[in-house]
Amino acid sequence: MTAALALGDDALVLSHRLGEWAGHAPVLEEEVALANIALDLLGQARTLLSSVGDEDELAFLREERSFRNVQLVEQPNGDFAHTIARQLYFSVYQHLLYGRLAAGEGQFAALAAKAVKEVAYHRDHAEQWVLRLGDGTAESHERMQRGLDALWRYTGELFEPVEGLDLDRQTLGDDWLAAVTSVVRRATLTLPTGPQSGGWAAGAGRQGLHTEPFGRMLAEMQHLHRSHPGASW
Amino acid sequence: MVTETPLEAEVRRLAGSVPDPELPVLTLEELGVLRDVQVQGPGRVTVHLTPTYTGCPAVETMSADIERVLHEHGVPEVSVVTVLAPAWSTDDISDEGRRKLAAFGVAPPRPNRGPDGPVPVTLSVRCPHCGSTDTELLSRFSSTACKALRRCVDCREPFDHFKEL
Repeated sequence: MTAALALGDDALVLSHRLGEWAGHAPVLEEEVALANIALDLLGQARTLLSSVGDEDELAFLREERSFRNVQLVEQPNGDFAHTIARQLYFSVYQHLLYGRLAAGEGQFAALAAKAVKEVAYHRDHAEQWVLRLGDGTAESHERMQRGLDALWRYTGELFEPVEGLDLDRQTLGDDWLAAVTSVVRRATLTLPTGPQSGGWAAGAGRQGLHTEPFGRMLAEMQHLHRSHPGASW
Repeated sequence: MVTETPLEAEVRRLAGSVPDPELPVLTLEELGVLRDVQVQGPGRVTVHLTPTYTGCPAVETMSADIERVLHEHGVPEVSVVTVLAPAWSTDDISDEGRRKLAAFGVAPPRPNRGPDGPVPVTLSVRCPHCGSTDTELLSRFSSTACKALRRCVDCREPFDHFKEL
């Protein structure tokens, strides 16, 4: 239950954040790309949440404190580079995580084996953009670095233990750091050096503690369903 | 599959003949998403369907279409079950499906599993309009989750490529 909610909420919340780019992306191709990535994540979320309850109730009728997503995925989109930094940190993590889950025989093996192939494209998309922005103009380089720095404090939470997920979190973290470091260096950027979780509440999303922007995001995501209970298209 | 009865084979043929809602030139059988058909009893059939992508919104339409076709052919109770494992791959698209895709203007996916050998072969994506192999990637994502957007360097036409999964 805990693990399905944690992974399902990660996918649902990031899907919603990426969906917010619809109508606002810098170019049409990215509008389509971010919406497609959001759709893949929504498919994962539906499978995971349906495995532990009613997907609509879980998505639209839970309060903020009941969500178990990491704080990284709820962070606002910021500029395009900020979104790409979030995509890099998360898609590398998710690709490595699903690869491990797919190789096992646990309850998530079937979904992970399917989703890992989709997430490989998300990861590639993020890596290609980090390279282009980092090794691009002075402006794009600065913005990409700013995005990486600003979100770094939320990355430690990705490797916290989750009840029901039997994984070697140390090697997951090591592999993630090696992969992210490699992309960041090739992009002529600098790996952030600060702590990977903050002194205040950063890194407590799995316990139901979320950052301020998450409440506003949920209000927008849930208001239609709550205003018109039981409505359908 | 060795125990498939003539009735199950007929139900499978009917369900498999349903066109894909987003790529109507392909049938579900050619797309390779129809996994199994079981006749549970008189007038009672279960169909196993696998999605191409986890979030593919066409699955609900496919299920409804399968139910409708089987109802029309006298099967009153149809249950369509979605299965995830083993994960669908573009290698599951039949040769006839690939031919139809190209004729429709969508470059078919390249094989994931090439002929046995130590060196993976990377084939270029052929332009479905003029046949040139000189094409370039515009975006890894296109009109649906399963496609990438490419452009032909020779005829300059953009085209969809059913990307490998």
